[in-house]
Amino acid sequence: MRSDGELQAELLPPEAEPPAAPPPASGVARRARPSAAWLRLRGTLSTLASVPITLFGLAVVTFFIGRVVPIDPVLAIVGDRAPADVVERARLDLGLDQPLYVQFWRYLGQIFSGDLGRSVMTSNPVTQDIARFFPATFELATVAIIIAVLIGVPLGVWAATRQGKFVDQAVRLFCLAGHSLPVFVLGLLSLLLFYAKLGWVPGPGRQSIFFEGMVEERTGILTVDSLLAGDWGAFNDALYHLIQPAGVLAFFSLAYIARMTRAFMLAELRSEYVTTARAKGLSSARIVWRHAFGNIMVPLVTVLAMTYAGLLEGAVLTETIFSWPGLGQYLTVSLLNADMNAVLGATLAVGLIYVVLNLLADMLYRLLDPRVK
Amino acid sequence: MLTRRSLLLASSAAAVLPGALAAPSARAQTPKDVLVFAKQIDDIISLDPHEAFEYTASEIAGNVYQKLVTTPNSNPSEIRGELAEKWAVSDGNKTFTFTLKDGPKFASGKPVTAEDVAFSLSRAVILNKSPAFIINQFGFTKDNVAERIRATDAKTLVLTTAEPTAPSFLLYCLSAAVGSVVEKAVVTANAKGDDLGNAWLKQNSAGSGSYMVRQWKASDNVMLDANPHAVEPPKMKRIIMRHVADPSAQLLGLQKGDFDIVRNLVADQIASVEKDRNFTAQYARKASLMYLSLNQKNPNLAKPEVRQAIKMAIDYAAIQKNIVPTTYAVHQAFLPDGLPGALTDKPFQKNVAEAKALLAKAGLADGFELSFDYFSGAPTSDIAQAVQANLAEIGIRLKMSPGEQRAVITKTRARTHDIAMVRWGSDYFDPNSNAEAFSINTENGDEARNKTLAWRASWLIPELSAKTLEAQKQTDAETRAQMYLDIQKEHQQTSPFVIMLQEIEVSVSRAAVKGFDMGPMNDRHSYTNITKA
Repeated sequence: MRSDGELQAELLPPEAEPPAAPPPASGVARRARPSAAWLRLRGTLSTLASVPITLFGLAVVTFFIGRVVPIDPVLAIVGDRAPADVVERARLDLGLDQPLYVQFWRYLGQIFSGDLGRSVMTSNPVTQDIARFFPATFELATVAIIIAVLIGVPLGVWAATRQGKFVDQAVRLFCLAGHSLPVFVLGLLSLLLFYAKLGWVPGPGRQSIFFEGMVEERTGILTVDSLLAGDWGAFNDALYHLIQPAGVLAFFSLAYIARMTRAFMLAELRSEYVTTARAKGLSSARIVWRHAFGNIMVPLVTVLAMTYAGLLEGAVLTETIFSWPGLGQYLTVSLLNADMNAVLGATLAVGLIYVVLNLLADMLYRLLDPRVK
Repeated sequence: MLTRRSLLLASSAAAVLPGALAAPSARAQTPKDVLVFAKQIDDIISLDPHEAFEYTASEIAGNVYQKLVTTPNSNPSEIRGELAEKWAVSDGNKTFTFTLKDGPKFASGKPVTAEDVAFSLSRAVILNKSPAFIINQFGFTKDNVAERIRATDAKTLVLTTAEPTAPSFLLYCLSAAVGSVVEKAVVTANAKGDDLGNAWLKQNSAGSGSYMVRQWKASDNVMLDANPHAVEPPKMKRIIMRHVADPSAQLLGLQKGDFDIVRNLVADQIASVEKDRNFTAQYARKASLMYLSLNQKNPNLAKPEVRQAIKMAIDYAAIQKNIVPTTYAVHQAFLPDGLPGALTDKPFQKNVAEAKALLAKAGLADGFELSFDYFSGAPTSDIAQAVQANLAEIGIRLKMSPGEQRAVITKTRARTHDIAMVRWGSDYFDPNSNAEAFSINTENGDEARNKTLAWRASWLIPELSAKTLEAQKQTDAETRAQMYLDIQKEHQQTSPFVIMLQEIEVSVSRAAVKGFDMGPMNDRHSYTNITKA
C-alpha cells in the first residue's frame, strides 16, 4: 500500500500496451485462419493465465519482506508482557521455528484452501476483515473516479483544443495544484473550509451518529445498503459524508487524468487525418469528439483503470483524515504492528484488484479498438 | 520511513496554521442525552474483559463491568468495595472471604451473585489470555480454580491463595479490568464449544456496570447504552466513541460541536484550546513512564560512574517544558506518581561539570560512542534529539536509530541495544507491577524464564530482587509502601534505567460537558457522572 502521493508514480506509462503485432505476412503456406472469436478468447485466456503467476510473485515478495522486518511477530500476538513459555508457545503455533521455505509452503497451502489466517489486530479472519474494510474503500474510490473522469477528461480535451491559450494555462495550474498539494493538506484545508467554516458538508466519518446502526448491512456499501433498505434519509446522509473525501481524492486523480487526456489529444490533433477532416469541412466538435477522442480511448482506458486501481487499494491519508474505515487504514495499522497475516492477505487482495482491472481494461480494448485481437 | 504517526504529526502541524482562523462555533449538535467521544480506538482487539489489555478496551470494560473492589480516583490508594460489601482475611493471609453487596444488578436485571464472581475469576484463569497473569500470580491454575475460587452461598465468595499474600496486593490486582464480573448464565448461553463465551463477549457484554455494549465496529465506532438496572444510573443514555485518527480532525469536530470530548489532541493543539473558554482541558497522570534503558552488556554502560553521568547529563526540566509541556511531567522513580508507594523525589538535574568528572573517573574523559534506539513518532523523536544533544555535551556520541515502536521493543527483548528509549505502562494498579519489571532479575542468561525489564538491560540484581519480593509479600500496607519507597531510592541511584517522564493523559471537552472522571489507569476512567448542560 502506498501513500496517496506515491499513488501515481507507479501508473503505467501513458502509451497503452502496444497492440499485438499483426502476424507476419510470410510466404509460409497459409494455414486455416482462426476465427476472430477464437483469437479474442485466446487473448483473454492468456491474460487470465498470467493472473496466478502475478499473484504468486506477489505472495513470495510480501511473505519474505514480512519475515525480514525487524519486528517480532510474536510480540504482536502475545504482547510485551507475556511470560517466556507463552511466547515460546506462540512461536511454535506460528511455525516460526521452521525454515522459511517450509513456512512459505504452509502459507501457500492455507491460501489455496481460502484461508488467509487470522489478523492479530482485530482477531478476526483476514478474509472477514477485508470484506468489512473493502466496501468502504470501494464506495469512496468509485465515487472519486466518477467525479475525476467527469471533470478530468473534458478538461483535458478542452485544454488540448486551446493549446497555449489562457484556458490551457489555467487547466495546467489547476492540475498542478491537484497533483502537487499533499493530500493531507488538501484534506485538512477542505475540512476547515467546507466543514468547520461554511458548514456545507458533515465532518469525518461515513455517516452521522443518528443513522449509526439503523441500516441493515448487506453489501457494506452504505449508499447501496440504505437504498436497498429504502431509507432515503440514510442514503442522503451517506452521500453527504462521501462528497468531501471523494472530492479530495478526485481532485488529486483528475489532475493526472486531465494531463494525460490533454497529451493524448494533442498527439491526435496533430495527425494528418485531422487536417484532412478539417479540409473536408467537418465541424470542429465532430473532429475532436468523434475522430480524435475516439482514437485516444484505448490509452485513456489504461490510465483510468490504473488510477481506479490505485484508489481502490485505499488512500491511507485520506482515510485517516476523514476517519474512513477502509483498506488503506487497515493495511497501515497492520503493517505498523507486524500483523503479517493481515498484511499478506490485504496485499494479495490489492494485487487481485490490479489484475482484475487490468483484465477489464484489456477486454475493453478489444471492444474499443477493432485492431486489437 | 512513512509511518502513520509521522503522517498524523505532519498533518496536525499543517493544521496549526489554519487553526488560528478557525473561529469556534461551539453549538451543541449532539443529542442531549448522548455523549460523543472522538478517540483513536483502533487498538481494540476484543471487548471481553478477561482478554482485553489495550487502553480503549480497558476503559470500556471499566464502564461496562464491575469488580469486587476498586479505587476512587480522588484517592487512588484507597481500596473500596464495588461489588463486595466487606472482606475478611484468615488462615495466615491465605484465605480471603468476600461478602457481596445487595443491589448490584446485571443489565439483564438479575442480581450479581457470588456464583457469577467465582465463574468470572475462574474464567479469566482458564481462558489464560494476556491479562490472566494478574490473577494467576496468586497460584490459580485451570486445574485448581474449582477448589480455590468458590462461592459458598449466594453472597459469599472464598479465594484461597497458594502462599501467604499481602491483602493490598491481592485487592489491587482484583481491581484490574481482568477482575471484571460477567453474568454466568448469559455468557454460558452464548458459549461455543469450550470458548467460555469468548467469541461472543468480544463484541457484546454481560456486566453490571453503568453501561452495556450495543455495538463495536473495528476502527469505526463503539456504542454503549445505559444499563437500565445499574445501581448508579448514568446521566447519559448513550455513549458513542468515534474512531477519529487525526488529531486535527478531532479538534475541528470539537469546535464544530460534533464531538463532546476529544481524547488525542497533541501538545500545541492543547495549548491553543486551553485559552479558549468554550473548552475545558482535563489532565490525569497516567501510570506510564518514558525511560532510557542502558544495556549492561555494553562495557562502558556497565560502569556505575557512566550510568550516573548519563543521569546527570540530561536536562529533564527543559525537555518537559519545551517538548511536552502538557502531556508529560518529569518523574524519576519507577513507580509513577499516583500509584501507592510512588517516590516523587527528583534528585537529578542537568550538571555537565559533575557528569564530565564522573566520566573522567571512569577513564572515559574523551567520551565514547553508543547506538540509540527510539520510536520515530512524536514526541519521542524530539525527546531523543534533546537527549542526544545533552549527552554530546559530556562527550557521549549517540548514533541515532529511530524505528517503529515494536521494532524498538523487539531489539530490547533481544538485548542488542546500547541505549533505548522506551515507554512502560503499569499492567495493574499495584506497586508490584512496575517493581517486578524494573527491579527483579535473578538469572541473566539468554534462556532466563522471567525476562523482566531489568533482564532486558542485562542487569543482574539478586539482592534487590530479594528485597522486591519481600515488599510484595509484606502484609501490612503501610510498611509495604515504605519498603517500595526504599527500593526506589536505591534503584534511582544504581539502576541502568534513566526514568525521565511520566505521561499525562489530556482530554478536552466542550465547556458544557462535565463529570468525566479520569484515573491513573485506563479502566478507571468513568463515564457514569458525565452531564451536558
